[in-house]
Amino acid sequence: MRGADFDPRKIKMSDTPVISARNVWKLFGAKPEAYLASMPAGHSYEQIREDGYIAGVKDVSIEVARGEMLVIMGLSGSGKSTLVRCFSRLHDITGGTIEIDGQDIGAFNEKELIDLRRSKMGMVFQSFGLLPHRTVLENVAFPLEMRGQDRHDRRDRALEVIRLVGLEGREEYYPRELSGGQQQRVGIARSLAIEPDIWFLDEPFSALDPLIRREMQDEFLRLQDMLGKTIVFITHDFDEALRLADRIAIMKDGAVEQCDTPDRIVLNPATEYVRKFTEEIDKARVVHAGVLVQEGLTGEGEPVAASDTIQSLARRLVNDASDAIPVKMADGAIKAMPRAEALGVLLGDGA
Amino acid sequence: MTDAVAHPPPSEPRAGLSTRARVLIGLFGAAVILTLLRPFLPDALIRVPEWAIPPLEPALDAIFAWFQNDLGLIHVTRAISGWLGVAIDAAANLLYGKSRWPRLDALPWSAVAGVAAVLGWWLGGWKLSLLAGGTFVWTALMGQWKWTMETMSVIVIAAPVSFVIGLILGISAWKWKRFERAIRPILAILQTLPFYTYLLPAVIFFKVGPTAASVATIVYAMPPMILMTAVGLKKVPPEVVEAGKMAGCTRWQMLTRVFIPSARSEILVGLNQVIMLSLAMVVLTAFIGMPGLGAKLLAMMNSFKLGRSFEIGITIVLLAITLDRLSKAWVVKQPEHFEKGTPWWQRHFFLVLGIATFVFFLLVAQVVPYLDEIGRRQAFSMGKEIDTAMKTALAWDWVQATTNGIRYFFNLFILIPTENALLYVPTFAVIAAVAGICYALGGAQPAIIGAVFFTTVAFFGWWDRAMLTLHSTVTAVLLAVLIGMPIAIWASRSARASRGAIFVCDTAQTFPSFIYLLPAIMLFGISPITVILSILIYTMVPVIRYTIEGLRGVPVELTEAADMAGATRWQKLKNVQLPLAMPTIAVGLNQALMFAFFMVIIAAFIGTRDIGQELQRTLAGTHLGKNFVLGFSVVFMALTFDIAINAWAERRRRALGLA
Repeated sequence: MRGADFDPRKIKMSDTPVISARNVWKLFGAKPEAYLASMPAGHSYEQIREDGYIAGVKDVSIEVARGEMLVIMGLSGSGKSTLVRCFSRLHDITGGTIEIDGQDIGAFNEKELIDLRRSKMGMVFQSFGLLPHRTVLENVAFPLEMRGQDRHDRRDRALEVIRLVGLEGREEYYPRELSGGQQQRVGIARSLAIEPDIWFLDEPFSALDPLIRREMQDEFLRLQDMLGKTIVFITHDFDEALRLADRIAIMKDGAVEQCDTPDRIVLNPATEYVRKFTEEIDKARVVHAGVLVQEGLTGEGEPVAASDTIQSLARRLVNDASDAIPVKMADGAIKAMPRAEALGVLLGDGA
Repeated sequence: MTDAVAHPPPSEPRAGLSTRARVLIGLFGAAVILTLLRPFLPDALIRVPEWAIPPLEPALDAIFAWFQNDLGLIHVTRAISGWLGVAIDAAANLLYGKSRWPRLDALPWSAVAGVAAVLGWWLGGWKLSLLAGGTFVWTALMGQWKWTMETMSVIVIAAPVSFVIGLILGISAWKWKRFERAIRPILAILQTLPFYTYLLPAVIFFKVGPTAASVATIVYAMPPMILMTAVGLKKVPPEVVEAGKMAGCTRWQMLTRVFIPSARSEILVGLNQVIMLSLAMVVLTAFIGMPGLGAKLLAMMNSFKLGRSFEIGITIVLLAITLDRLSKAWVVKQPEHFEKGTPWWQRHFFLVLGIATFVFFLLVAQVVPYLDEIGRRQAFSMGKEIDTAMKTALAWDWVQATTNGIRYFFNLFILIPTENALLYVPTFAVIAAVAGICYALGGAQPAIIGAVFFTTVAFFGWWDRAMLTLHSTVTAVLLAVLIGMPIAIWASRSARASRGAIFVCDTAQTFPSFIYLLPAIMLFGISPITVILSILIYTMVPVIRYTIEGLRGVPVELTEAADMAGATRWQKLKNVQLPLAMPTIAVGLNQALMFAFFMVIIAAFIGTRDIGQELQRTLAGTHLGKNFVLGFSVVFMALTFDIAINAWAERRRRALGLA
């Protein structure tokens, strides 16, 4: 789990966000702009639908910091795929602004947009989106070819990424000659070929069977540790979200219900919808010691690491008799968490 | 053909009669009353009188003349004809040694056959290799090389041109909605336009011969290419498109690197269609003086040389199957990777082999003249012998008795009475009946369209001939259904028989329509039955094919449910399988009718009295106006059925939850 060390507020202070979305709307229908302009504030998803429009994205404001992995999570039709396509302007938004590195991409002309995608963005698709008539090598080299890199350069770079995703030896294969997992490795390699700053992954592992999915998640975490990209990752699988995310944004009917670290979503669900989602989750496996720390407490004994999950501390929590347990934070400071609260998480009666 | 299940229950049970029933009674009642009252009606109500027929033909002629001369269209067409002429002459020079640029003289037949065999091997293994090579070997051995190459020289130019223009128009249709909306009806008309109507403008603008033939062929073969391209481009998965955009493709890169390669299958299916339609049309352009297989076949059939006709027929069929299989094999051929370090010649094995074969035969043919060209005396044609054998067989008493009996029976008891009956009915009674049929099938809109179309035909002024055309068409299709449906129902009972029958039908559908006249002429000579029989054979193919497809497409659970409910085979067929298969069968029926309208016009050269005959006569002159009026008479009749049947199938499909 990665969530514990991460403090989005800290990063936000030191750096402008890579992606910054403000009051973004995406409506589908006959005349979305005119409708949005005339729509009374606070219209619900159903009211909008009665007027003949579908709110793909409904008033979303969200920021993604450099090096952060934001997982957008929701059921199908909740607007998560639409939102991520707004970030890359595969969809033109109906209202609001989206800035990438401080630049409003809505104002980009076609050439600027193409340059942005050629230099900064990579995307992985649920059903891979590979070009069937091209070999693995040609698929991976495709974005490089599009931006006009010369043949030798792009071959070298493509081979490098193919090795990175563990497909060496299959460069000459065609997509249909590969298994689903291998095809998605090609998709990942292709999205990394241009060394993007921002990496969009749209349910990349949903089409794979569970065993392969797990393996690919490990692989993905390995890559991310190595590359440290800014990532927007979409999934409908809460376990996957918890496993990968720095922060999770939970969407429903086009709107973001809650956007926070996994610990805090589990501990303090903001809405009834989120609470239902988190109900079945074993909180002790998600919540980290660092999150339960309270100011003004001092504990006794050996400090535990802030990144330890409550579950991994179960023995200590049960056996230790003190009221507070010392926690060593990521920056080295020693703080403490109340033992009763940690026990509560462990036993599942809430925090 | 409508049963109670087919339609929503009456909306107004109160009055006892629904609107629907009242409209139907009104329309059919009017038809019957008008027919019964015929002896008392004034002439003007029986047929549209001469004076009421608008002078469309001279008007159209004037318009065409204006386009041609005042607008200078003739210069454009002359320029096109110049370029096409050079290309066709070059192909003709290479294929059969016509003395034109580049003056390289004909390629040896063995080299062409060898390359065809290699191509077949590359695309589909040894069987296809044998078929492709064998076709050309047969052609050469039979002494038909020159005619075949005359035909091929137009195809190799017309098909690529049609492909490229069709591709461009297809891309435009996909890109611009408005363009698509504009060309859709035009394509529908082009696909039902009798082929004579393609021929005359071609002749007028491009003169008699290969150039006009290739222009007619290019236009004729194009519509499916446009449609397939648009369909294929629309079907490219959204994620592939997005992947292209995310890779930073420009619009041109999107089109050439993402869309067109991803739509490869559909585009190649379009190419297959282009090639097959080109072949069909090139054979037919015999009517405007295009030499080649078609012209020879026409000449042989006209002089009743059955043996030679038969041999040419086989060549045409072999050519059709070869071209079809080769292009279809290309559709399904998927790229395969080579292991690393595969040497160059192995990666391009077939290219190397093809070139080697070509060069080999080119050289050997210099030494062995037999491999270069097979003269008439060296050929293995058995035309005379087959001719004699066939004529002897047909003259056997029992054969002759049978064919004469059939001819007599059909003429006397079916064709002549129904024909006279149809000609007796007043024009407006026919229109009312057609509207009634359309209303029963598809509702108000098709009924109105049908009425308007048939009224237009009436005012075109060729009503009796139109009725004769309609008569042959409908009779033949009804017979095709009567014979074809039981065959299809029988075949659909086993998976193997179904596969076999569909294979035969698919193969038969690739034959140029001209071929279907051959057996009919052999059996019945020149008579009205021949026309009906050729249409019958031709239209039975779609009837059988779609009936089998429909019946086999019924979900297994449903037939199992019927079995478990204790249905007998007949009950199951009647209550479960046929109702569910009907929308598909309707598609087949519709295709059968369209084919029939096509065939009945071709059959005109046998000597009919219908629109086709008049159309064929226009070819001799320059009466474009008359040609178009006649052509559109056929288009309007065909489209009426097309629209009504499609509306019916669509409604059924929706009612069954299949759409």
